[in-house]
Amino acid sequence: MSEEKFDAIVVGAGMSGNAAAYTMASHGLRVLQLERGEYPGSKNVQGAILYANMLETIIPDFRDDAPLERHLVEQRFWIMDDTSHTGMHYRSDDFNERRPNRYTIIRAQFDKWFSCKVREAGGTVLCETTATKLARDSSGKVIGVHTDRAGDVILADVVVLAEGVNGLLGTRAGLREMPKPENVALAVKEMHFLPEEVIAERFGLTEDEGCVIEAGGTISRGITGLGFLYTNRESISLGIGCLVSGLAETMEKPYALLDAFKRHPSIRPLLAGSEVKEYAAHLIPEGGFKAIPQLFGDGWVVVGDAAQLNNAVHREGSNLAMASGRIAGESIFRIKCRGGSMTKQNLSLYKSMLDKSFVMKDLMKHKDMPALLHTNCQSFFTTYPKLISQAAQNFVRVDGTPKIEREKATTAAFIKARSRWGLVSDAIRLAFAWR
Amino acid sequence: MTATIVERIEDKLYQNRYLVDTGRPHIKVRAHLSPSPNLLALTKICPAKCYELNDTGQVEIVADGCMECGTCRVLCEANGDIEWNYPRGGFGILFKFG
Ligand SMILES: Cc1cc2nc3c(=O)[nH]c(=O)nc-3n(C[C@H](O)[C@H](O)[C@H](O)COP(=O)(O)OP(=O)(O)OC[C@H]3O[C@@H](n4cnc5c(N)ncnc54)[C@H](O)[C@@H]3O)c2cc1C
Ligand code: SF4
Repeated sequence: MSEEKFDAIVVGAGMSGNAAAYTMASHGLRVLQLERGEYPGSKNVQGAILYANMLETIIPDFRDDAPLERHLVEQRFWIMDDTSHTGMHYRSDDFNERRPNRYTIIRAQFDKWFSCKVREAGGTVLCETTATKLARDSSGKVIGVHTDRAGDVILADVVVLAEGVNGLLGTRAGLREMPKPENVALAVKEMHFLPEEVIAERFGLTEDEGCVIEAGGTISRGITGLGFLYTNRESISLGIGCLVSGLAETMEKPYALLDAFKRHPSIRPLLAGSEVKEYAAHLIPEGGFKAIPQLFGDGWVVVGDAAQLNNAVHREGSNLAMASGRIAGESIFRIKCRGGSMTKQNLSLYKSMLDKSFVMKDLMKHKDMPALLHTNCQSFFTTYPKLISQAAQNFVRVDGTPKIEREKATTAAFIKARSRWGLVSDAIRLAFAWR
Repeated sequence: MTATIVERIEDKLYQNRYLVDTGRPHIKVRAHLSPSPNLLALTKICPAKCYELNDTGQVEIVADGCMECGTCRVLCEANGDIEWNYPRGGFGILFKFG
């Protein structure tokens, strides 16, 4: 292998790596992909919602054989306090379309499938192989990688770093910083198995329709964080993610938060009788636009979570990973076609193509959100959820108190907790960050 | 009322598949007299409860149940409290579902 030189080496066989490797291999480039897991997906964790459009751009007929669980027809957003949830549910039969927009998936199975597509397209995939170090020439240009398999450095014109949020190669080589505790969330997740019919009945679904719940509130005990529940065909993915900095400050145990979420009176009946078959943990990049590092250099580009390309506000990551992987692959192919070498200057094409895509536009739009949520975590994740629950209860409960008094009590509770000025400034800051 | 049953982390990890690289731990804690606040936090916030305080007040690690999430790396590698590597290719956690 050491004799051979590849057009590109892709480090990682997750969403971004597979997209990049597939794109380049299907354009006829000689691609070597390295994955440290026993099989692609064995190290990866996701909720997981797959956004069809971004995969369709890469593999148009993926629906024919990709392992998909349920297509989503209903989304619930819940604000929770200790005993209640106030929710917005959106359900539409429009989502029962011929080419559905969103699906739930199981990453270990999905990544295996995606990786098979890379092989079919002519890419070489080596599993159980960890890239340990970038190889550079005397000018500092990246020329390949060292691995933990015996043998010399493997050479390539360009290395695509698709190593995920906890990527060691790029940070060790000083190409980007290590993620900061306030820019990454630790998510813990369990897989709860139930018969298909039970899931369908509990969530009001037929056949392969699916429903997802995103939940915020006192479940994260004042730390910036969110819980989720996603329906698969015969299992439910349940998890909660909280900023690492918040966990370190409060010393909350992540598995205790997950257990409390599971036992919440709004969640418990949905899981009743289930058998848990796996417990997983993974980081999610949450720093948004401001945390994006340098994306390219001499002989390298970085894609997906390793580049912090993750939209925490909308809970999208895999699609940004796939899109950035594809764009990296296309830009490398274009440079090759015109006979260019993989210099920093030429590879800036990747950044300019990415800037024009939804990836950068969406991250730019929410650039102030992470800081806002982080600095106001107590009000957004404890105070407001409690107030909203009280307000909803005030509205619904009938006990002979005149309505006007109930409304006054609701308003007074909000002002007491946050002050008039606090409420107005929270609203304005939220509106600006969302804008 | 029934008492709340708090699940044990050991029972959770028991459901997972691992290929432990015996004798080659991928994370090491630097020798210390008293732990830094971040190192101490790991005894609570490591999702696999790999870090524990010993009798003499130092933080120790048994990385067998590690899910390779990187939380401890983000908190404690920069200041040298720990040394963090991936297990050799193929070893470590093997998610069945992920
Ligand atoms: C709990 C949770 C829920 C989520 N839910 C959603 C969701 O519903 N929808 C969504 O769109 N996104 C979601 N995300 C985000 C999404 O999972 C990520 O954005 C996406 O997986 C990023 O893809 P990636 O290819 O960049 O990284 P990864 O998928 O993490 O892949 C990185 C790969 O690189 C390999 N690797 C790393 N280092 C090396 C090395 N040195 N040598 C060889 N191989 C290496 C790893 O083993 C891994 O296979 C969620 C994330 C989590 C943790
Ligand atoms: S990587 Fe995660 S699971 Fe492993 S020891 Fe560190 S914090 Fe614990």
